[in-house]
Amino acid sequence: MKLPDENKLEKLKKRRQRIAFIILGTIGYSIVAILISILTFIIVKGISVISWDFLTSMPEEGMTKGGIFPAILGSFYLVTGSIIVAFPIGIMAAIYMNEYVKHGTAKKIIKQMTNNLAGVPSIVFGLFGMALFVNKLGFGDSIIAGSFTLGLLILPIIIRTTEEALKSVDDTFRQASIGLGASKWQTTKNVVLPIAFPKIITGMILSIGRVSGETAPILFTVAAYFLPRLPQSMFDQAMALPYHLYVLATSGTNISESRPMAYGTALVLVVIVLFTNLLANALRKYFSNKVKMN
Amino acid sequence: MVLIVLFLFNEGLGLFSHSAIEEGNVIAVNKNNQVSVLSAEQLKDIFDQKIVNWKELGGSNDSIILFRLEDISNYYSDEQIGENFEHLPECISKLNDSISGIISFFPDKYWTTGFKGKKIEFNKITIKEVFAGKEWFPTAHPAAQLGIAPLLLGTLWVSLGAILLALPLGLASAVYLSEIANKKVRSILKPLIELLAGIPSVVYGFFGLVVIVPLIQQLFNLPVGETGLAGSIILGIMALPTIITISEDAMNTTPRAMKEASLALGASKWQTIYKIVIPYSISGITAAAILGIGRAIGETMAVLMVTGNAAIIPHSLLEPVRTIPATIAAELGEAPAGGLHYKALFALGCILFVITLIINLIVEFISSRKKYQNS
Repeated sequence: MKLPDENKLEKLKKRRQRIAFIILGTIGYSIVAILISILTFIIVKGISVISWDFLTSMPEEGMTKGGIFPAILGSFYLVTGSIIVAFPIGIMAAIYMNEYVKHGTAKKIIKQMTNNLAGVPSIVFGLFGMALFVNKLGFGDSIIAGSFTLGLLILPIIIRTTEEALKSVDDTFRQASIGLGASKWQTTKNVVLPIAFPKIITGMILSIGRVSGETAPILFTVAAYFLPRLPQSMFDQAMALPYHLYVLATSGTNISESRPMAYGTALVLVVIVLFTNLLANALRKYFSNKVKMN
Repeated sequence: MVLIVLFLFNEGLGLFSHSAIEEGNVIAVNKNNQVSVLSAEQLKDIFDQKIVNWKELGGSNDSIILFRLEDISNYYSDEQIGENFEHLPECISKLNDSISGIISFFPDKYWTTGFKGKKIEFNKITIKEVFAGKEWFPTAHPAAQLGIAPLLLGTLWVSLGAILLALPLGLASAVYLSEIANKKVRSILKPLIELLAGIPSVVYGFFGLVVIVPLIQQLFNLPVGETGLAGSIILGIMALPTIITISEDAMNTTPRAMKEASLALGASKWQTIYKIVIPYSISGITAAAILGIGRAIGETMAVLMVTGNAAIIPHSLLEPVRTIPATIAAELGEAPAGGLHYKALFALGCILFVITLIINLIVEFISSRKKYQNS
């Protein structure tokens, strides 16, 4: 038989737990609510602005009317450019680290550098890009300078995802291939890479989302406030979505009248980021199921 | 990586081989003046007329008379100067000779041999001047003020505010997600929160500008809503996904046996959480907090858009502040390449780089110690 005060203690314990859980749950849900409300806010305010015209025409009348086509195109160029820059280097680095030097100091150093690189603030990449690509190499403010800067920024993402992809390839594949007389490079090229490829692609998709949203690195390497014509070559300046949003929000000729444009641009950005993330997630799930079935 | 360090520091450290006076200019005084070395701060105070007597600078009791090149017409007619300013150096020289309290500022091409005056020497910019200087005014005329104290403090205030907001809330949600919520809720909420980490900072900044800034302005009845607090709130929101995912991951590593042992001994679930789960995962939680601070310190666009960017030492979070990244973003476009201002901004970049590097190393140290303990 329980003593009465022990009963009381038990009740107290239960009550405390109930209060604590209610508080924690409320906080948890309200945070999710805050985050969702930010999204909803952007979507609701932006959706009325979005139209085919908005996406495909040039800005007009001091950016208070018209569309954001040059910014979309500029962002597209930057995404493509930075992937061309970062993808080969990133994949090669990851292959080298994972297939060739499994435990050396070289691996440790590369790994350490990648980790640190990932933590460097994006504005510092902007500074560096300006010093090296814009001034030292003489590219000027151009798509190519911006692509290199952004390429550096996504390099850690690509190295990390590629490495994970390579790690997930079962060692028996490698042993079987080598047992059949293939060289290390043949094994990597013909066996490991094809299996890891879908996961490597997820890394690429994630970096598309990242590149299209970054503003600080392109401030001084490529972004233009307003250009009357589309960029003609990779040595031209370009407009880009995130910088365009920044300009519309803070320093347009008529801030209150360009607000709708800003909401629209924000929505386009959010959609790109959400879409790339969801796509990457879906691909990851799809391929992990497929591998299991095999 | 090595390249980045090399370039940043090459440009940034160049600052300290500069003197603060605008390049290509000289400051001259009467040759009998006892003062021969001035600091940038003193020079600024002289030209702002805060210092009006040479006595305050250790010279003789004589009031200071300012002379800038454009003042020349007060002393000489156009004919005396000459049609193509050919007599200008001579005129300046005469002025410096005849007025005992004069201090003149003019381009050094007019500093000719036989100039009847004394050139004021400037020390190279020192590290102490930069870190302890209370004024950031890199375009000041005639001497740039490069004190980064207001920027450093601004960055610290905003980041600390952000982490104070985000840490308790993030931790509470992490506990809820990892220990209390059922599997289904968790599988919906977690990807959602991770998704929000991907939203571009400029979008958060825009949201802050149109929603939070006006809200703060009304709430506290301020003249402007662009304050450190607005920056803290936005950064806090941005840091939440990082904090939640990392600390939740840490809590998930708590061995099931430990939790079950605690429950079997009669502890309630809540007691188990704060007596077992949180202490066990404390290093992961610390790492989450530090990473959150790191993100907040380096964040540029959102802060630039909502903090008002006044380069003054902040006294409360309800004043406009300016952070290091925002300063770089706002000013680099106007700073001529290779100049003093440009180098000063690169020095700021170096500081930022070093801060984030230290933060990364701390996090790495914490997580490696954890692994060691586990094995």
